[in-house]
Parts: sequence; C-alpha cells; structure tokens
Amino acid sequence: MITPRYTREIPQRYHLEAGKCTECNFIAFPPRLICPECGSREFEQISLSPSGKIVTYTVVCVAAEEFSTETPLPIAIIETDEGARLTAQVVDCDPEEVEIGKRVRLIFRCIQKEGLAGIRQYGYKAVLEG
Amino acid sequence: MTGIVGYGAYLPRYRIKIEEIASQWGKDPTTIKNGLLVHEKTVPGMDEDTITISVQAAKYAVQRARIDPQEIGAVYIGSESHPYVVKPSGTVLIDALGIGPDVHVADYEFACKAGTEAVFVAYSHVKSGVMRYAMGIGADTSQGAPGDALEFTASAGGSAFIIGSEKVVLEIEATYSYTSDTADFWRREGRVYPEHGGRFTGEPAYFRHVLGAGREIMERAGLEAKDFDYAVFHMPNGKFPMKAGRTLGFEKEQIEPGWVVPWMGNTYSGSSPTGLVAILDVARPGERILLVSFGSGAGSDAFVFKVTEEIEAVRDLAPSFKSLLEENKIYLNYGEYAKFRGKILMNT
Amino acid sequence: MREVAIVGVGMTRFGELWESPLRNMFTEAALTAIDDAGVDHIDSMYVGAMSSGLFVHQEHIASLLADYLGVAGIPSTRVESACASGGLAVRQAVIEVGAGVSDIVLAGGVEKMTDGVDAIDALATAADQEYEAFHGITFPGLYAFIANAHMHRYGTTREQLADVAVKNHDHGSLNPKAQFPFKITREAVMNSTMVAWPLRLLDCSPVTDGAAAVIVTSMDVAEKLGRPIVKVLASGHATDGLALHSRTDPTTIPAVGRAAEIAFKQAGLTPEKIELAEVHDCFTIAELVVTEELGFVERGRSGEAVSSGETRLGGRIPVNTSGGLKAKGHPVGASGVAQIIEVVEQLRGSAGDRQVEGARIGLTQNMGGSGASCVVHILEGVS
Ligand SMILES: [Zn+2]
Repeated sequence: MITPRYTREIPQRYHLEAGKCTECNFIAFPPRLICPECGSREFEQISLSPSGKIVTYTVVCVAAEEFSTETPLPIAIIETDEGARLTAQVVDCDPEEVEIGKRVRLIFRCIQKEGLAGIRQYGYKAVLEG
Repeated sequence: MTGIVGYGAYLPRYRIKIEEIASQWGKDPTTIKNGLLVHEKTVPGMDEDTITISVQAAKYAVQRARIDPQEIGAVYIGSESHPYVVKPSGTVLIDALGIGPDVHVADYEFACKAGTEAVFVAYSHVKSGVMRYAMGIGADTSQGAPGDALEFTASAGGSAFIIGSEKVVLEIEATYSYTSDTADFWRREGRVYPEHGGRFTGEPAYFRHVLGAGREIMERAGLEAKDFDYAVFHMPNGKFPMKAGRTLGFEKEQIEPGWVVPWMGNTYSGSSPTGLVAILDVARPGERILLVSFGSGAGSDAFVFKVTEEIEAVRDLAPSFKSLLEENKIYLNYGEYAKFRGKILMNT
Repeated sequence: MREVAIVGVGMTRFGELWESPLRNMFTEAALTAIDDAGVDHIDSMYVGAMSSGLFVHQEHIASLLADYLGVAGIPSTRVESACASGGLAVRQAVIEVGAGVSDIVLAGGVEKMTDGVDAIDALATAADQEYEAFHGITFPGLYAFIANAHMHRYGTTREQLADVAVKNHDHGSLNPKAQFPFKITREAVMNSTMVAWPLRLLDCSPVTDGAAAVIVTSMDVAEKLGRPIVKVLASGHATDGLALHSRTDPTTIPAVGRAAEIAFKQAGLTPEKIELAEVHDCFTIAELVVTEELGFVERGRSGEAVSSGETRLGGRIPVNTSGGLKAKGHPVGASGVAQIIEVVEQLRGSAGDRQVEGARIGLTQNMGGSGASCVVHILEGVS
C-alpha cells in the first residue's frame, strides 16, 4: 500500500513545488532542508515552470514490469527554465523525435497504477513543444 | 450578468479510423461511415484518463478566465468513466490546479449529460451568490465493447467551463432540464462496458429528450431557431444531432460549427460541451448559441448562451479547438488501440 | 594508519548458480579465501550485499553468514552501497585493520539474483525511487542517458561502445570463473536486443549469482603467513547525488574522479603508474567514462582508446583483464570484491593466460548506482 508515500509527494508531482535558496538562488527539486551549494537553510517555496529543454534522453525498451506495456518508452533529463533538473517520460511522440536540446512542456498524466485494485499515481511527464 | 468566464477543451493526440475498426470485425466500412457519419475518433493515451483530460481542459479554462484558481469555490467533473468507482476525480484535479482546500468537489454521473449537469450546478452556485467562481467539466474516456456498434464512436476528450459574474464571455440567458426514467443505455456496477437498447436509444430516448428540452427552452426564452447563430446537440453519431436540429427548425449551417463528432467521435460527457468550445473558435460578440445535451437514463440539459465582447480577449489565451482536433494526430492500428484501451487480456 | 595487506582470496564461479543458496555461495568463497591465506581464525567480517532483502527476502545476513561460516560470535557487519557494496566492504576491512582494531578481517560480497525476482525493479532501488525509478527509468536507461550525452558531446560512436564489450569478452574467455567465458563480435553487440537507446543487451552486464571474499591483515600478520603479499596502497571513497539529473554534467561521473584523486594522493602515484585496472563496466559506456575519470585517457577520448586497443591485454593500460562485469558477471554485492581478487592474482603473477607480465601496481574501481558512490583501491604486489 503506497498511498501515504504517494500523498506526501503530491506537491512535487502535481505542481512541481520546489525550494529556492534565499542566499544563492539554488533550486532544490524536491525541496531540501539545507542548500547543497551554500549551506543556507532558508528557502523560498516556488513552483517550477512547466517548460524546459532536454539535457539527455533514452528510450527504454526493456522496462520494469509496471511499464512493460508502455515500451518503447522515451525518458529524458529535463532542465526547466529556472535551471532545475528532473527526470520525466516524454510522451505522445515518435521516439525518433526525441533529441538533446529540444524544448518540452510538462503536463499532467497518470504515471503508475498500483496493480488492478490499488491507487493510480499521477504526476508530470513531458511533451515536445511545437 | 452570470455566465462562462473561461473555457477549455482537451483532446488526446491519438486517433483510430473507422475503417480500421470495421475491418477488424469484418464489417463494411463504407456502410458504417455513412450510417454514423463518423470518419475517425480520438483515443486516450495509455496514461490518460478522465482526470488527466479534465486537468488539461481546466488549465486552459483558467488561462482564459485570467483568475487565481484559488478563487474557484466548486469543482464538478461529469463523466461516466471516472477512473475510480469510489474516490473522486475532482480531488486530484483541485490539487493539480492549486485550488482548495476551500472548495466544494463532487463527481457527477448521468451517462452523456454529466458534463452539462456539472455546468448547470456550477452556474446555480454563482448566480445565487454562494460563490464567486465555480467550474463544471465534462470529460470521458468512453467505453464501447469490442465489436459493439459503440466501439466505432466511443472516444476521449473533454471540456471545462468556469462560471462567474465578471468579464463574462458567454452570458447564460436561460437553462432548462428535461428528465424521465428511460433505460436506453446503462452500465451495471462491476461491468466494464455499457449495454444499450439498440434502436430504442433513438426515438424514445435521444429524440424525445433532446427535442423536449430544445422546444421548451426556446418557448420559455421566447426564441425561435432563427434567433440563434449556432446550435449544438449531443452527438452520439453524426446523424442524430443533424436530425434533431432540423426537427427544431435549425439549418445545417447553424449546427455545423459545433458538429464535431465526424472527426472526434463521441466523447460522451464531453460531447456537446466540446461542441460548444468548437463554436467559440469562430463565434462573434452578440451571437447566440443553443446547447442541448443528452444523457441516457434519460435527460437533457439545455442552455441559451449569448457571446460577449470578452470572447476576443480570451479566445487565443489557450489552444483553439481546431488545433486540438487537427494538429499532431497519431494514428493507431486496431492492435495498438486494443492495447491502449486495455482490451487485451493480460496476466497482471 | 598502519600498512595493510591482502593475503587470501576466494570466489565462486559466477553465473546462474541454480543449486546454490546465498549462504552457501558466500561460505564457499569465504572458506576458499581463509584457506588461501592460511589463517586459523578471523577477528571480524564485512559482507557487501546490495539487496538480499529484495532478491531473496533475507535481511540481517551479516549474522546469518557468520554463523554458516562457523564463526558465530565475531563482529560481522553488512555494508550496502548498491553495486559498490563489495568494494566498500573491503574498504571497511582495510580501515579496521589499518586502525589497529583487528588484525585479520574477512571482506566478502554476495548476491543471489536469479531466485525469481524482477531484477530490473530490484536494481532500480539504487536510483532515486521518487524522482527517477518512479518515472520508469531503469539502470540501463540511466547509463543510456550518459551514453547519449557522451556521444552528443564527444562524438563517441556506437562501434566504440561495442568494442568495450568485445574486449571484455576477449579477456573473459580466458577466465574459467567467468559467467560468459567466450568471445563476441562487434556485429553481435550491435545487433543484439535494444535495451535502452543506444545500449543493447550486449552492452549490459548480466544478472549473476556469485560470491567473493578476501582476507585483509596487518603487514605483521601477513609476513608471518609466508604467502604472497599484496599491499593496499590506497583506499579512496566518494559519493554524489543519487539522482543522475542532480549532477551538472551527464557525460561525467564525478564520484569516480574524486575517489581516484583521494587514492592517488594516498598512494603518492599518478595514473601513469597504474599497470592494470579492474573497473566497473556495468554498461559499456560506464567503462569509457570511468577510464576518463581515472585519468587513463583524456576526457572524450575513451572510445578511441578502446577501439585502438590501448585498454586491452597487451595494450598501454589493460582494463578488466578478468572480463569485467560484462563477461565475468555482475553479482552486484560481490563484484567489488571480485575486482580486488583479479588484481591480487595479477600482482601475484598467478593470472594464467590473462597475466599482465610483471605487473606490480593495479587499481580497482567499483561504483554504486549511476555513480552516486565509488570506491577506488590501489594495490601493490610485494615480492
Ligand atoms: Zn544556497
């Protein structure tokens, strides 16, 4: 049963809640208690912008069981416009279209299902811009 | 003045052609296309459901409404494909949009009219002054059993509407509902696909309710077909809305802008609401729109809308319906479609 | 810290060991190491294991394995740092002996991976669960992120990646303990099943059962045993953010560079002095980036170096003479210990057909996850 853990992650999964260091502007996604860059413990709560670009990517062809019906599954490291980085699936495209440097937009999708009877887990995925 | 202050539609990118489904079942595609007046339909991605469709449509509605989503006092999602039987769709949506916790949330179900039902109740809250803004959504990932006639049309998509009293885009001039107990189409608890009464879904169900609601709202509002620039009726297929419209005295030209079923299919609770959004791609200030939904079981909600000057300010703040319908389509074959829709028997 | 030596080594064959439970694999390796060292007891032991809990649903294995080794009662500690667990177990033993707390310590590693668990899912726990694995990325996928970035930045080619696997299989064909003791061709790699663009099946280390153990002692004890002595010149350890996306440059694995820098400083050596190295080639791209981080080749030139034979047996700096994780096998927790064993064999001059003639100084590099932990050891043969 994963619902306590899932519920706790909602601020990040649903609206990309992050912390911005008030000293050095480092963006912590997910939020942290201490800045890894400057050691400050003061953060301002922000939501990352849902747009960014692909830093690197792959297309997973052999997936863990949960994702085995979704292959080939493009996944990328994405840098948001603020400079924060995250890993997300790139969906609704031909895997051949995914390339380093391409612009993406983050959207809201179902990421995993806890079997046939458990909860559905939502969060961010990316689609190619334009 | 109370009415719609923000609206948005969302359609998945995936499509399947009617020929593809027909050939799977050894049926003649031409006969089916001519019978239904449908060419292709939308298919939800494997990670899309009523909730994700509603979230995207609602985000576009908020963009057009230019409001802080926190000010929305109620969110109602109407659908017959809520991903959970028990646990609301709307709670996911409010957290995704940053609404609440000061918000009233409920999921509606009334076959294909659950969406207009949601809009109807949202409108009542705002008009009565209980809250400043309320949102009603109609969305579905419609189910149709493999090989059933419904499989040719059951599609995915939805539209969201924010009701308010400032910067109104579409004034609601009149509302009316026509309801009776008519079991033309249903899905029992625990069943995956709906059942329907075949030809019984026509005259005694769709036409009786749609025409009943259409006639009565025009009568009460003192309007005739010629007083409207557009009319949209629930679209289970291409023929029914055209026939209903003509019976009520509308011309093809008034119906066509919102007649989205030939290239979208029947998005159930999202059908007539999305037809309305399609009209807003082209509607001009001062124009009047009639909307009549239909939900099996059965009932119709009817609305008379009048377009205001605000339409020009908000139209381009989110993607047009035309772009959602026509751009970036990805076609599936029947095997992919069956996989996407969970129609393949798996071991897990 | 006092000087420390490795005086005994032992490992099981690596492969699908259907007959052997985890406890017997470990005990077999440990007994072999004890016999090889000729010690009559051990003071304490360390066990590296990534995920016995997920693979065989058994935690608390340090005590279990001490009991089955017949030494119940001594201090026994499990060490976990994903795929670097084995290397880290050796490091803990080195520190304990170096600090004078114990004189004879066994450091082992073990993983039983073929008992029916979804290995992809279990291995993915070495990545950030909430922010990487949740989204469907696999370990091959994470290294594919690195590969695509490296190919994009430096023009590293698909053929160069394949050449890492070809080389390691060439070496592995000379190793009787290897899971895949046979050669493969570049074409075979490039036509194998796609796993995560651009990595194919033969770019990936396999799922393996196996155990390995070494005996770490003080120099005093080592000298009295009268066996070949391999001195531990340095032990470097570094960590990094768990999520690959949290690191600035996906063409690098900074923890490797940091651990190596510490180790080279301790040993008072430079990369040019290393005569052979066992590195963590969990995927072909990993060996390429690691050889750059260790300073064996210039950044961006690792692909060229493998294809020109600089890193094969007989080349400038032979890498993974054992066959590496790729051909020898990768029983996760055991791999770091098995690397030490290969270098010890080489420095003793007992590596058989794989022998690097006259080798005196060797290095091991073992890492966890996508490079969030790394352990580097430098060893010297004392004749
Ligand atoms: Zn800071």
